[in-house]
Amino acid sequence: MAADITKLGVKATWKDLTEGMIIAGAGTSKEFNTGEWSTDKPVFIEEKCKQCLLCTPVCPDSCIPVKDGKRGEFDYDHCKGCGICVKSCPFGAITMEGV
Amino acid sequence: MSYNFKETMSKPERLAPGHRMCAGCGGTIAVRNVLRGLHEGDKAVIGNATGCLEVSTFTYPYTAWEDSYIHNAFENAGATLSGVEGAYRALKRKGKLDETYKFITFGGDGGTYDIGFQSLSGAMERNTDMVYVCYDNGAYMNTGIQRSSATPMYADTTTTPVGSVSNGKPQNRKDLAAIIAAHDVPYVAQTTFIGNFKDLHVKSEKAIYTPGAAFLNIMAPCPRGWRYNTPDIMEICKLGVETCYWPLFEVEEGKWILNYEPKKKLPIEDFLKPQGRFKHLFKKGNEYLIEEFQKEVDRRWEELQFRCSRG
Amino acid sequence: MAKRDRLSGNEAIAIALRQINPDVFPAFPITPSTEIPQYFASFVANGQVDTEFIPVESEHSSMSAAIGASAAGARSLTATSSCGLAYMWEELYIAASNRLPLALALVNRALSGPININCDHSDSMGARDAGWIQIYAENNQEAYDNMVQAYRIAEHESVRLPIMICQDGFITSHAVENMELLEDEEVKKFVGEYQPENYLLNPECPMAVGPYSITDYYMEAKRSQAEGMRHVEEVVLNVAEEFAGISGREYGLFEAYRMEDAEYAVVMIGSAAGTTKDAIDKLREQGEKVGLLKIRLYRPFPAEAIAQALKGVKAVAVMDRAEGYTNHGGPLGADVMAALYRARSQALAVNYIYGLGGRDVRVEDMEGIFATLKQIAADGDAGETYRYLGIRE
Repeated sequence: MAADITKLGVKATWKDLTEGMIIAGAGTSKEFNTGEWSTDKPVFIEEKCKQCLLCTPVCPDSCIPVKDGKRGEFDYDHCKGCGICVKSCPFGAITMEGV
Repeated sequence: MSYNFKETMSKPERLAPGHRMCAGCGGTIAVRNVLRGLHEGDKAVIGNATGCLEVSTFTYPYTAWEDSYIHNAFENAGATLSGVEGAYRALKRKGKLDETYKFITFGGDGGTYDIGFQSLSGAMERNTDMVYVCYDNGAYMNTGIQRSSATPMYADTTTTPVGSVSNGKPQNRKDLAAIIAAHDVPYVAQTTFIGNFKDLHVKSEKAIYTPGAAFLNIMAPCPRGWRYNTPDIMEICKLGVETCYWPLFEVEEGKWILNYEPKKKLPIEDFLKPQGRFKHLFKKGNEYLIEEFQKEVDRRWEELQFRCSRG
Repeated sequence: MAKRDRLSGNEAIAIALRQINPDVFPAFPITPSTEIPQYFASFVANGQVDTEFIPVESEHSSMSAAIGASAAGARSLTATSSCGLAYMWEELYIAASNRLPLALALVNRALSGPININCDHSDSMGARDAGWIQIYAENNQEAYDNMVQAYRIAEHESVRLPIMICQDGFITSHAVENMELLEDEEVKKFVGEYQPENYLLNPECPMAVGPYSITDYYMEAKRSQAEGMRHVEEVVLNVAEEFAGISGREYGLFEAYRMEDAEYAVVMIGSAAGTTKDAIDKLREQGEKVGLLKIRLYRPFPAEAIAQALKGVKAVAVMDRAEGYTNHGGPLGADVMAALYRARSQALAVNYIYGLGGRDVRVEDMEGIFATLKQIAADGDAGETYRYLGIRE
């Protein structure tokens, strides 16, 4: 049975912790907002995008979702604003202050 | 193996966001793209040596991994996955498991070249059915940019600082891919982030699906340790390849294959210049250091060409 | 139906392991435990077990692989001695904190340096705070019986902790003794199938193990781990009771030998208990009220039960086959004296360091200890409590 991480906040008692500190389940980090780390964010200009997808593998934070061969809007809950995607776009479809 | 870029990018993500690696980290770029080498439907157990990747991707209770994941300690990622793979064989033999699992472990150059070297060597020599992926950023970044045996010569690190009588790290880097190839494992490859990631993807898929032990050495720049402009990671990688500092090659069943030969080999300055860790090499009077560096790059490149010409 | 046989302690452990048929056994040789993986490798070579035997390149890797296998959902173990155990040091803590019920067949040997291959307990005593259950044997029969009971204790749902089954290097590991083996089927039935709750190779639900823990969780994690230890005594006794049902051999947390009216007692661990029993039998014939408390379960330490067993004793000698370098004695001495203090015992206690690096312990030595205890009681003063037995002064 998957661990319920909502019960594992920093106020959890020792009895609440999972045995052996294991997490049954996967991808629970989605609950942690790394998007708050930076205010500089890339902006996706959809009209300019040719859906070449060159921006998708370069993202260190898995923040460019792809569905059926097309990218969508940035996942701003987690994007740390590193700017790598801006440089990877051959069409100027991603902009960011300072990059 | 054919490479359909759009299809590959449309695969479900196996490294979730919300991990705490630095903005612009090369390590997770490596991980995401290696994991795309897994076929959909195949399960995996991921191993991880202690390092940035470990402390940032499984900070209790947040795991960024969509597959089963085990971190044990710093120096034993090879042995730990040997045990997991052994369990898989045993449970299969006893009829307790039907599903197909693949075993991939990630370590930085500290956990791979240095402290975990023995454990890695053992796992490779036993031909454990696993892929060991080294995301090589050329220093102990997790503890604050100390030199490793993967650190290039003259790099300024916190344990090889540049000073009035020091030009940075005095020694050349260890050629780990060649050392692992000398273990006579079925598959070894060196790669980095180039273009649409075809090279990295094809090598990952091959490594994962080659029966027996496989080793991938991936140059994964660290913006903090290398001190380049963070958004420029793809350019840095490209320069690593075009200067022949980081050649792309494979060793398949003992056969050395060069995957890319630059039409015009760029001078090593082009790779060194954008990186703060090599800033001192560009001071007046230090030209000879760059010449030394170039000589070493040339020597290694020729050696690699020779190996590949023999097949 | 028991089978009688003459076996060394190492062979007895290997046979127990063949009967248990574990899933994964990574191993690296070190004297005097080497024979265990050797015997086992021949079982593998002859198809007598289904185990994945992994001959790794070091003890650090054998424990690392055993941890990986256990986390993956397999019943795993390894065997080692001395420096091999020391080399596994950090892994011992990781196995315990991950709550992995794997086993370690330990053959006690002195730690370096100087390098020495013979018996003392400095190896496992160094690991006493690692979070492992430690069970010790006096002889080959006990080593075998403890191994058969090991997984039932370690895997118990209220415990889930790794277990170290210890025996004395050479003295029991290599000496051949008459003993009784259980039938293969009896062992198989007694040990049962391993059914972990969460494991890496669970196709229904992936699992992540080995997190980074921030300060907010670390202390709670350690307290949670301690909870497993708190259930060990009860589980050890329950498993022993069930084991007695199939073997006729009874085990407890310790063995109290002729303690019923004893005024002078020795507390010790391991094979020298046999020598001490001989001394006791001889002294009892002379009318001396002497007895022995032989520790079986050392971690967790059954302090209350030990203090209770020593209740009527006037003087006690705690025997440590390891130095502690505290300037006050060894680890068992510290544990027993603390137990006596908590129980407000009036017994006079001394602590001997003995048998290091295989130094022989004779019946006369133990008779001498009892004579000393009698004198201490008569004087009403323990004198120097930190003593050496059999040292050339």
